[in-house]
Parts: sequence; C-alpha cells; structure tokens
Amino acid sequence: MLTLLLILIPLVTGLITFGLNGRGAKVFSLISSFATLAVTLAAWAQFRTSPDALNFTASWIPQLNSQFNLGLDGMSLMLVLLTTISFPLIFITVMGRNYEKAGAFYGLMLLSQAGMLGVFLSYDALLFYVFWELALIPVYFLCSMWGGEKAIPVTFKFFVYTFAGSLLMLVGIIYIYFQTEGSFSWQSFTSLSLSNNEQSWLFWLFFVAFAIKMPVFPFHTWQPDAYEQSPTAVTMVLSGVMVKMGLFGVLRWLMPVLPEGVYMWQEAAILLSVIGIIYASCIAIMQSDLKRLIAYSSIAHIGLMSAAIFANNEQSLAGVQVQMFNHGINIIGLWIIIEVIEQRLGTKNMQQLGGIASVAPNLSILLVIVSLANIALPLTNGFIGEFLMFSGLFQHNVWFAAVSAVAIILAAVYMLRMLQKVLFGEVNALTATTTDLKTGEMIALGCITVMIFVLGVYPKPLLDLVSGTGIQNTVAALTGR
Amino acid sequence: MNALITTAVFGIVLMFVGLFVKQRQYIKYFAIAGTVLAFIANLMDAQCGFGMLHGMVEVSSFSVLFNAVAIASTALYFLLCGSAFEKVGEDVADYFALIFFILSGIMITGSYSNLLMLFLAIEIISIPQYILAGADKKNLKSNEASLKYFLMGSFTTGMLLMGIALVYGATGTFDIREMGLGTGELSPLALCGITLLGFSLAFKVSAAPFHFWTPDVYDGSPTVFTAFMATIVKAASFIAFMRLFHVSFSGGNVSGHWQLILAIITASTLIIGNLTAVFQQSVKRMLAYSSIAQAGFMLFAIVAHNEMASQGLILYAAAYSVATIGIFAILLKLNDYTFDGFNGLARRQPLVALMCTIFLLSLAGIPLTAGFFAKYFVLSAAIQQGNLLWLVIVGVLCAAVSAYYYFRVIIAMYFKQGEADATEVTPGFKAMLVIAAAIVIVLGIFPNLLLQYL
Repeated sequence: MLTLLLILIPLVTGLITFGLNGRGAKVFSLISSFATLAVTLAAWAQFRTSPDALNFTASWIPQLNSQFNLGLDGMSLMLVLLTTISFPLIFITVMGRNYEKAGAFYGLMLLSQAGMLGVFLSYDALLFYVFWELALIPVYFLCSMWGGEKAIPVTFKFFVYTFAGSLLMLVGIIYIYFQTEGSFSWQSFTSLSLSNNEQSWLFWLFFVAFAIKMPVFPFHTWQPDAYEQSPTAVTMVLSGVMVKMGLFGVLRWLMPVLPEGVYMWQEAAILLSVIGIIYASCIAIMQSDLKRLIAYSSIAHIGLMSAAIFANNEQSLAGVQVQMFNHGINIIGLWIIIEVIEQRLGTKNMQQLGGIASVAPNLSILLVIVSLANIALPLTNGFIGEFLMFSGLFQHNVWFAAVSAVAIILAAVYMLRMLQKVLFGEVNALTATTTDLKTGEMIALGCITVMIFVLGVYPKPLLDLVSGTGIQNTVAALTGR
Repeated sequence: MNALITTAVFGIVLMFVGLFVKQRQYIKYFAIAGTVLAFIANLMDAQCGFGMLHGMVEVSSFSVLFNAVAIASTALYFLLCGSAFEKVGEDVADYFALIFFILSGIMITGSYSNLLMLFLAIEIISIPQYILAGADKKNLKSNEASLKYFLMGSFTTGMLLMGIALVYGATGTFDIREMGLGTGELSPLALCGITLLGFSLAFKVSAAPFHFWTPDVYDGSPTVFTAFMATIVKAASFIAFMRLFHVSFSGGNVSGHWQLILAIITASTLIIGNLTAVFQQSVKRMLAYSSIAQAGFMLFAIVAHNEMASQGLILYAAAYSVATIGIFAILLKLNDYTFDGFNGLARRQPLVALMCTIFLLSLAGIPLTAGFFAKYFVLSAAIQQGNLLWLVIVGVLCAAVSAYYYFRVIIAMYFKQGEADATEVTPGFKAMLVIAAAIVIVLGIFPNLLLQYL
C-alpha cells in the first residue's frame, strides 16, 4: 500500500493544485511533497524488516496480462528517496518566487514527480513505459510555459528526442513480451533467455532510449539548451532526478533482461560514454554562462556513471548507485545557488560577476562546499562514489579508466575557475548589490550541506541500501553466463 | 441487421422531417434521437448472432461492437457539430438524411459475408459522400472536391468490381468464408483479383500512393462534413478492408502474396502522410494529412492478420474518431483555420484549449490517452506476426514525427500570443467536449472497457 501511496499522493494533490492559485498552491504543494517524503521514510522502515510487504499488484489490462505491479528494492528505494527529498528542497527554494499561473506550475511539478516515482517503482514493463512518458509530458509544459525566450523550440527538441527514443524502447518491450508467455512482469522478462542475435539488436532499442535520457554522447545535444532555457526549478528536476531515470532504466531493464547484449556492446557503450566525458569537460571549460557550465559538467558526470555501469563489476555498480544519489543532491545545490545569483543580479554570465565572497559570505561558503563536493573531494559525498566507479572501471580496462580520470582534473579546472570568477576578484557595480541568502534558501542549502558531509564521512547507510538485491541480481545474471 | 434497417429507415424519415419541421435547429434533435434508436437496435442484434439474408450478412460480437462504436461516434458528432449543419446550406434535413444513409452502409462493413454486400456497403458509403462534399454549392472548392471525389471514386469502384469478378471466377463463390483460397495452388486469376481488391480498398482508406484525392477533398468539403468523412467513414472502410483480407485471403500461403505489397503501401502511407503534414500551414489541411498518417497505422492491423489486429482496429477506430471529431468541432468554432488562428486560444478559452490538447495528445499516441493503446495494439499485432519489424520501426519513427505537427497546435494555443477566439461556445458544447475527452482518457487507462465486449 505504501508504494501505491507514493504515486497517488503527488498525482492527486497535483490535480488538486491546478485549482488553487498563488500562495495556496505553494503551500499545498510543499505540504504534499513533505507527505510523500514521510511515506518514503515509512517505506524505508518497512523495507528493513519486511520488504515483500511493499509489493503491490492489481489487475490492469487483462487482455494483455499487464498488471499494475509495484515494488521496491534497494536501488529503487534510494532513487525514491532522492526524488522525495529533492521536491521539498526545490519547493522551499522557489518559495520566494511568484510564478505566473502558480496553480498550473506546482500542479505540473507534482505530476512529474508522480511519473518519476512510478518509473522507479514499477515492475511491469508496460507500466514502466507509461510512467516513463508520463514523467515527460508535465516537464514539456513546464519548460515551454515558464522557460526562457528560446524555450519553445528547445523544449520541443527535447520532447521529440525523448519521444522517439522511448518509442524504440516500446518496440523492444513488445518484442520481448511475445517471447515470454504473454507477461510484462520483470520476473518473466529477466528469466527469459533470448538468442544472441536478438539480444544484439534489442540492446540498441533500449540503449538509445536510455542514452537520450541520460544523456550520453552523441545523444546529448538537447541537454545544454534545455537546462539553460528551463526555469531553474525545472532544471533541478531534470538534472537532479530525471536523468537518473536513464541510468535506472539501464540497471533495471537493460542489464538483467539482455545480459548477452550488454556483454556484446559494453565496449561500444563505454567508449561513447568516455568520449562524452572528455568532450563535455572540455566544452565546460570554455563556457561563460553558469547554467551551461553546470549542464556540461552534468554530461561529464553522467558519462562517467554510464561508463561505470557498462564496466559492470560489483565495485563500479555500487559506485554508480551511490553516485546517482549524491550527484542528484550536489547538482540541486549548485542550481539553487545559481538561481539565487540569477534572481538577485539578473545575470548568469560569469564575465559580469566577481567579488561576491566579500558581499555575501554565506552564499560563497556554501557554493564552495557544493562545488568541491561536485569535484568529489574526499570527505564530501561525491568521493566514495567516484572512487568506486574508477576502481571498477580500472578493473575492466585500464585505458578507459586512465582517460576518464582526466575528467577529474578537468572538473577541478572548470569548477575552480567558476568559483574564482564568481566569488573572487573585483567587486563591480552589479555584484555590490548582492544580498545574502534568505531563510528558505538557507534551509535548503543547509540540508544539502549536511547530507554532503554526513554521506562523505559515513556513506555506509547508502552503501548498505544499494548493495542489496539490485546489484547482486545484475552481476549474478552476468557471471552466470 | 436491426441497426441496418433502423438507420436506413431513419434516413428516409429525416428527409420528410425536412418538409414538416420549419425550425431548422430542431432537426438536429431528430437525428440524435435516430442514433439513440439505432444504438438500441444494434444492441438487440447482439442476441441473434447468426447469418441472415440467406447468409449474406453475419452478425458477430465484432460487428456489433464496431457498429456500436460507429453509432456512438456519430451521436457525438451530431452533438458537437450538429449546429454547424445549418451554416452549410438550406437543406439541413437532407444532410442529416445522407449521414444516416452512410451510417447504414457502415452497418454492413463489419458484418458482410458476401462480396456483393461488400460492394453495396462501399457504394452506400461513397455516393452520399460525393453529395456532401459538394454541399456548399456556391463554393468553387467544394464543387471541385465533389467532382474530384466522384471521378476518382467511381474509377476505383470499377477496380473493386473487376476484383470481385476475378475472385469469383477463380473460386466460384461470392461467399467470403467459403472461398477456400490457400488450400491448393493459387490461380493467377485469384491473384489479380486480390491485388485489384486491395488497391481499390486502399484507395477508399486513402493509403499512399492512392491518397492524392484526400487533401483536396477534405480541404474543399465543408468542414463539418470533413469531420465525418475523415473519421467514422474511414474507420468503417478499414473494417471492411480487414474483414475481407482476414477472412478470405489469409488461409494457407495466400497472405504471403499480398503481405509485402501491403507492407510497402503501409510504409509509404506513413512516410508520405507524416512528412507532408509537417509542412502544412492550415490546420484543416494538416488534419487531412494526419488522417492519411493515421491510416498508415490502421493498415498495420490489416498487414498483421491476427486477433490482436482486430482488437487494435476497433480501439483505433474509437480513439481516432473521438479525438478527430473533437478537434474538428473546435476548428468549426474558429474563424481562422491556419495554425496562427489557434494563437492564444488557451487565454481566451482555457477549457476548450485543454480538451483540444487531450485530443491532440491522443492522436500523437501519448500514454494515458486512448491513442496510445490503439497504436500499441496495432504495433504489437505487427510484431507478433513476425518479419515486419522494419515496418514497426518505420512506424514508431513516423509517430515521433507526428508529435511535431500535433504539438504545433498546442504550442500555438498555449505559448504564442494572439487573439484567437472561439465563437458560440455554449456550456452544452463544453460539456460534450469534456465527455469526449473523458472517453479518450478512460479508454487510455482501461482499454478493456471496450475490448471486453469482443
């Protein structure tokens, strides 16, 4: 029941929020997001004692034998936690902002949350597909309606890209469905043994869909524009949570279902990911727009995670899952600070900024902390995940590990360069007007900082959570070949 | 059978109603009452379930379900677009009567079991359409549409007859269940007949390369009649097409002879329909090309001859008809049929814009709308058939293209500045739109509500 509630709360409250306006919508959506978080914590408590009690099954379409089948394992619980932590943080951050048609804005946000939670929870392929699309539609409207001046064509590109990718995945799902005994359940998909030839081309149908969502080079072209043009609250959703859907898809649906296909194409997938890492890092160094810089840095980070997934050993997979959570937290922290700067100063161009450290000390300290976590300095949460991923990648292939390790240096270059340009140097007429963080922003960033340090020093709870069923199934499926 | 008689009789009744009822706005209510009667008569058919008219017609759960979908869609069409009939010309009652005659033809498409009945069905559907296309007598484009449709239509009717004659020559029977093709070697006579039948029916459903009449006819005809021709009539032609090919031409190795031809026709319909729709400036013309594109998806159901295909086609007929009728009804209320004519509609008419969005999402095949499961079923049918994976890939890529032109309307309504306004939007009209959108969403979540009757 708890898993069903996780989807129902944002879905129902989202629909109600459409009818509210202004302050009512803000407060109501905040309450709703906290309620979802509370349910997640309750689910976590139950997960520790009796995980099977969380499964929920109801008949959906008898003609197709598709069931409304929800469940939780360590990985999905971790992602659900990430989603339900992110939304209150986002809502707190934008508390001070007055969006036009607030009811629709917050309603669509909650609907996209429902879609994403559905993706992480569903154990039925058709249901997974439906939620996968459902998460996209609200985001399309959010970006187009409240985005920047070029938002409409940019978002449209994003939409058509992902829509095309997911339709290819749908073809793959239907094909596999007919190979099973007419069932969409995850169990029947994974217990199937498809021939090498089938797995080889099915791999690409799924991989393209997930690669577009992540995004992996060369499917990434929608991403920097979309991040730049979206309203920051939506960018946080996109980069913090939504890109994880792609990684999650690979871990849950691609690797266990098509282990031979993954084995056949893993080098190609890693190669694309590594190219993406270096390429995006180099471009990030050249950016002067804060949002684009973070967007490219995100491509680099996701590329590393994707490479680690396909390196496919126990360490790299544990690292990816830890990093999925931590990357989500860190990047939301970065977006919050950029949102603050953009709100106060009306620009996100680094050339026009400088000297903020002397005007707004709190903001500067927190920006430094979050940036260092993004570079994965030891004692911050980013470290453990990256360490595990690199050691896993190293075991798989030394050269891939060596080349992608360059990205750490490049990440330091662009992040420190950003800090230097934004925080230090001469105070100019514009930055002299900067005011420091307000209460809401302080609370949101405070939570993030606490998580950065706690998970950096003591990552065990997270590691325990994800080293459960998720990984073992995947690895077992592959070593059992 | 009851439904067939009811609709035909009601067509005649309506012609006389025109003589006695002077207030033209009341005629609509007679027509709506007629659809209700026909619906009830159709439900009574469900009980008999055997051959009638010496085996010329065979009532099955499939035909009853399709007839129910067609009659219900027509009722929805009358409710949403009925008042626009008065703007076309003087003879309102005659237009309604013609629609009822078409409907009686449609009642045969799902249940004929004889090639002569097929011919009758197609002709009963076609001839009133030629008249409706030219209903706006003073308008040159309407005249052009009518003439074009008539010439091309009669030409393909000839092909249909020749096909029937050849198949009869090869098999010695008109009964579609007793042709026994596929038991032995296929004679060249039968092969030619099948090909001619396939081409003529492909013309009727406007599949490429037989689609050239469609944009001009749909664009030239009075919009209110285009709404009917592009939806229910098209779906009915597909049902006729599918019944013939699945019942008579799928035994043994016969399907091997036409499957590739039809697969190529399907692929070209999808590609031509979708790519041309992208370049249209008028929403009405875009909908004409979209109807070609959607026909491409419905053709999947014919190429793949299995049970899933017939489920898919029923679902497709319902999903596509309801959504397209809804969009046409909204289009009828606007003054400007170009994409710019929709600019800013969401500001003036938020509810109408929202309903229009739901219909467009359904046509694009987004989950949680009926259009998704419609596409899902026909694509699955093709995958289940095997050997058609290339066609399915072409199909889904075209579906992604179709999102482009459907979303253009959404973008115009929500994100562009403009003064678009809908005239004469009554609360009743809004209520009907909401009901139609509710049907689209409910079928998108629980498609078995419809399919359980199959």
